[in-house]
Amino acid sequence: MAPGATLTTEIVIQTIVSGLLMGFIYALVAAGLSLIFGLMEIVNFAHGEFMMVSMYSVFGLYLAFGLDPLVSAPLCVMFLFALGVATHYGIIRHILNAPMLVQITATFGLAIFLRSLAQFLWTPDYQSIPDPIVSGRLDLAGIFIGVPQLVASAGCLLAFGVLYLFINRTETGMALQATAQDREAASLMGIRTDRMYALGWGIGAACVAVAGVMLTNYYYIFPEVGFIFALIAYVAVALGGFGSIVGALFAGVLIGLVEALGGLLLDPAYKYAIIFAMYLAIVIVRPKGLFGRF
Amino acid sequence: MAQAPHAPPAGEPRAELERARAEPVRTPLSAKQWVWLALAGVALIAWPHVFDAPYQRHVLVMVFIYALMAQGWNVLAGYCGQISLGQAVYFGIGAYSAGFLYANYHISPWLGMLVGVGISVLVALAIGLPTFRLRGHYFAIATLVIGEIGHTLMLNWEFVGGATGVWIPIDRDSPWYSFQFHDNKLPNYYIGLGFLTAACLVVVWLERSKAGLYFRAIRDEPDAARSLGVDVTRYKLVAIMISAAFTAVAGAQFAQYVLVIDPETVFPLLLSILVVLMTMLGGIGTLWGPIIGAGVLFPLSEATRVWLGGTGGAEDLMIYGALILLISVFWPGGLLALLRRLFVRSGDA
Repeated sequence: MAPGATLTTEIVIQTIVSGLLMGFIYALVAAGLSLIFGLMEIVNFAHGEFMMVSMYSVFGLYLAFGLDPLVSAPLCVMFLFALGVATHYGIIRHILNAPMLVQITATFGLAIFLRSLAQFLWTPDYQSIPDPIVSGRLDLAGIFIGVPQLVASAGCLLAFGVLYLFINRTETGMALQATAQDREAASLMGIRTDRMYALGWGIGAACVAVAGVMLTNYYYIFPEVGFIFALIAYVAVALGGFGSIVGALFAGVLIGLVEALGGLLLDPAYKYAIIFAMYLAIVIVRPKGLFGRF
Repeated sequence: MAQAPHAPPAGEPRAELERARAEPVRTPLSAKQWVWLALAGVALIAWPHVFDAPYQRHVLVMVFIYALMAQGWNVLAGYCGQISLGQAVYFGIGAYSAGFLYANYHISPWLGMLVGVGISVLVALAIGLPTFRLRGHYFAIATLVIGEIGHTLMLNWEFVGGATGVWIPIDRDSPWYSFQFHDNKLPNYYIGLGFLTAACLVVVWLERSKAGLYFRAIRDEPDAARSLGVDVTRYKLVAIMISAAFTAVAGAQFAQYVLVIDPETVFPLLLSILVVLMTMLGGIGTLWGPIIGAGVLFPLSEATRVWLGGTGGAEDLMIYGALILLISVFWPGGLLALLRRLFVRSGDA
């Protein structure tokens, strides 16, 4: 319990609501990561930097044309989709069969590059979008919900739903799944697996971009902003099981709740440490995560 | 495995890596190699007298510290195949043990270093025992989050200074007791060289010993190793203990060299990643890889910083990141494999 606070029902509900709202954002970030991993067993260590790039692209469009995040959102998501596809063709395609370590260092190299590029272009200062259209807060019987937070979570949940339907209900989605299950068999069935990989990277980057764009309505933009989100996404993906999209949703929400409640009951300084400890506890008991299929 | 492990297709990244790892085992050095080794030794001893500007010596001292840490990672990941992304924990423990005990209790950092090694080895055991069951990415991410937990704990642990860290008091009167050398950097240079040499001798012994063979068996074919009766967990624990000990020594030396330590400098994730990158750059799973990697990467990052100016624009990191990316994609065997390909004809080796 943080000193000086009293634990009322309102505070607990408020905390749970905030945790849930954050959890949906984590879930979408993790889903993008998980999709890429499920396809080709590569962990994208530049995932947080993709998010950072999406936030700066919103910021750049605001500076250049005064566009509100709500307006620039589709452009930025498409831009990140293209960046994901380009990452596949420029980098990932060459290291598909390389050992895990090479894949780790390659994506880390990309992360360091993107992060320092952002610092070079925009300085390390914290930036924010002044007066976005989405603002204000709702008062629901004493529970306050920020409108930007609500919109962000709703947007992420919506994107998650679209992703889920795309993967499970469309032919392309089925082709993605087939590629994830057996690359050779899929290519024998006439699926162009290289394209599927590129598509996976595009979608993965677009997912994290949706989260990033939504966050710009109320979050600071700085070169290292993606770091903690990516770290949480790694935990969420490992918790949910690498490659499991639904697992990522559960894990993301679980992490959001644990983070909020842990910060309330213990000490906000340790809220991430609690999540990490939870990860360790779960994988030690279940070494393949909660929903792992690998 | 459909592919024969001995004949991977040329040009494939895996083949590069295999080639880089194909260190000769138990082959005595040829006369030519002894000469080269002796020359290198003389050059390293003479180096700080030829290039005697404080800055030139400083770069080498830092290279030795990073190379020692990278060698520690190399033992665990390169030889035993356990990819740790949390080496900063052991570095930080070494640094804090030496610095904190000296600053607060006036205990000689040499003793503090031993304490740091002891604590690091115990922490490594505590980390290894539960997490060695995890495979691949699960293990890597477990070590990553352990590193971040350590970072958070140190930031909030007021007893050891919290976010402010430890300021090690300056002592000019008894340099050998206080492990601080203010006249010139020569003692730091030779101590760093000495520790690194000792670590390399341990690795040479590993390469030629049964334990080293078991390490590589665990790395390449863990299931086969287990089924052939290798006590996999035990040898992984040996590897992580050696790794932690090297890293803690590097940390203690670092603390006594820079004299100010805080969680941001000795516990950050970037440090854990840096040693991985250095070893990968030089050549993973080889004796010289970490040394070459540290010897290239640290001066390079210094040079780009000097060159492009400390504008805060992070140009040096940009080059650094791009370099890591290019090397991973195009020469995953590292510089050592590249050098070997350039200078050693296949019939000659």
